[in-house]
Amino acid sequence: MSSDLEARGVHAWFTKHHALADISLTFNAGSVTALIGPSGCGKSTFIRTLNRMHEFIPGAAMAGEVLLNGKDIYEKGIDVTKIRLQIGMVFQKPNPFPSMTIGENVLSGIKLAQLKVENKDDLMEECLVRAGLWKEVKDRLDSYAGGLSGGQQQRLCIARSLAVKPKVLLMDEPCSALDPGSTLRIEDTIRELASDMTIVIVTHNMQQAARISDFTAFFLSDGGPGHLIEVGKTNDIFSKPVDKRTEDYVSGRFG
Amino acid sequence: MSTEIKPQKPWQATPKELAYPTFIVIFSAIAAYLTILGSPMNGKLAFAFLFFAFSTTSMFIYKFRLRGRQAAIDSLAGSIALTGALIVFAPVISILVTTIVKGAPGLHWSLFTETMFSASYMDPTDKGGLLHAIVGTLYLILLSIIISVPMGILTALYLTEIKGPGSKFIQFTVQAMSGVPSVVAGLFIFAAVILTTPLKASGIVGAFALSILMVPTVTRTAQEVLLLVPNDLREAGLAMGATQWRTVASIVVPAARNGLLTATILGVARIAGETAPLIFTIGGSDKLNLNPFHDYQGALPFYVWKGLLLGTPESIQRAWTGILILLILVLTLFTLARRFGSRKVGK
Repeated sequence: MSSDLEARGVHAWFTKHHALADISLTFNAGSVTALIGPSGCGKSTFIRTLNRMHEFIPGAAMAGEVLLNGKDIYEKGIDVTKIRLQIGMVFQKPNPFPSMTIGENVLSGIKLAQLKVENKDDLMEECLVRAGLWKEVKDRLDSYAGGLSGGQQQRLCIARSLAVKPKVLLMDEPCSALDPGSTLRIEDTIRELASDMTIVIVTHNMQQAARISDFTAFFLSDGGPGHLIEVGKTNDIFSKPVDKRTEDYVSGRFG
Repeated sequence: MSTEIKPQKPWQATPKELAYPTFIVIFSAIAAYLTILGSPMNGKLAFAFLFFAFSTTSMFIYKFRLRGRQAAIDSLAGSIALTGALIVFAPVISILVTTIVKGAPGLHWSLFTETMFSASYMDPTDKGGLLHAIVGTLYLILLSIIISVPMGILTALYLTEIKGPGSKFIQFTVQAMSGVPSVVAGLFIFAAVILTTPLKASGIVGAFALSILMVPTVTRTAQEVLLLVPNDLREAGLAMGATQWRTVASIVVPAARNGLLTATILGVARIAGETAPLIFTIGGSDKLNLNPFHDYQGALPFYVWKGLLLGTPESIQRAWTGILILLILVLTLFTLARRFGSRKVGK
């Protein structure tokens, strides 16, 4: 089910501002990769180039290639909506659709992409179970999503993105607005999803990166565009980083 | 190291990808033209309809073959939205072009230096001028702004910030007021001011009548833009110990500044071309009157109305030229307001 995603020499610009320079990273199928680094180092920009959300910003430009199973998603003539169907995204702030009930929210991707599903109820349950929300909402699937707590809303958003069966899931600081309990539950969810999904997660929480990721990439901007300092197995990055700056950052000496 | 790498926009259509849609547009135009030649249909409207039908259908088929059903529906929705925008846009362009074409032959420098006191509407158009009407309209706009903008913005502040007693009733009244026919506004001021007070028909009385139309527009627009100011900002101000007045004056109003300017512009746009409220209230003098508080005043819409009413070729030409001048005047005012009034609010 999961797929390899590879960035090759990715640059990003906002009008004239060079925000991201020469990022090459491989995300192996079924792995969790954490992107860490101080604010403004281009992590979020990078993650948005991975499912072609970067181009919505006026004045945006990029260079390089992003390969999904070896095929460039920026290739001419490619259907971008199909790309985003395969590379899902969970945003920083929970954003369930307020006009839909909990159940409708989960199935919204199916409706929006007009996919055919055998049994909608089964799919709804499966997604909510995998997102760790089923037990809490199974009796009120018909009530509106706005009544859920922040953590529940974010898990609903994860369940929503699972329904279209993406091969890659991008998460942009999904826990930054949540309490520790909800955060832990989402981390469990992420670990479980990794069995058949490639996950890329941006996080400011070093412990979170250490707990959930297989690989960690450290981004940094020293005045100029953000670039990749170091990438490796999470254990190595946290215990014996090669670069002095990585060591300083993960040990909390700056950033 | 990365100097040789150029920013690219791979999501933009290449010339090759644009070739097909361009071909479709040209093909549809030719096909529509030929259909009109070979059928009883004729006229611009038939051409526009056929062009829309041909281009939408061929675009639909093209997208369907390229990407399938959903992309085709997407392009259809896009085409319909574009057509809607064009339908709205066309009359605006038509009005502008008609006004310029019909108004331009009557343009003379003397329009800005002379008044109609020395000439008759039936005289050739190089006799007499519009100075009295331009001055009158500027006075009317200025006085209406002075009366209506503070009233409108204060009402909007009461309704959105203070939400005090009577808000519902005031809201209802403002809404009802925006539906008042403009001639009623003129009649009301005639009855309430000219007949009962020592004030006689003059610029200020005209501005009273126009304000009745302008206040609801300013109030409702100002209210909308004040509601757009995030509540977080108000709370942030209050949380630092500010009074409500300080919060509103130094945070809410500055944040809504551009929108309040828009409210003013919309208000001016509402009244600049009004004739009916002026008929009973300004006297419609043909003489230059620099004192808006005393004696009859002229105005551009009034001049246009008078010219059209007389119906001779010269007077109708004068009316068109008057409309053109009014248009230029209003556009200049709006451009100046936007240029000097708006400030970029940082992200």
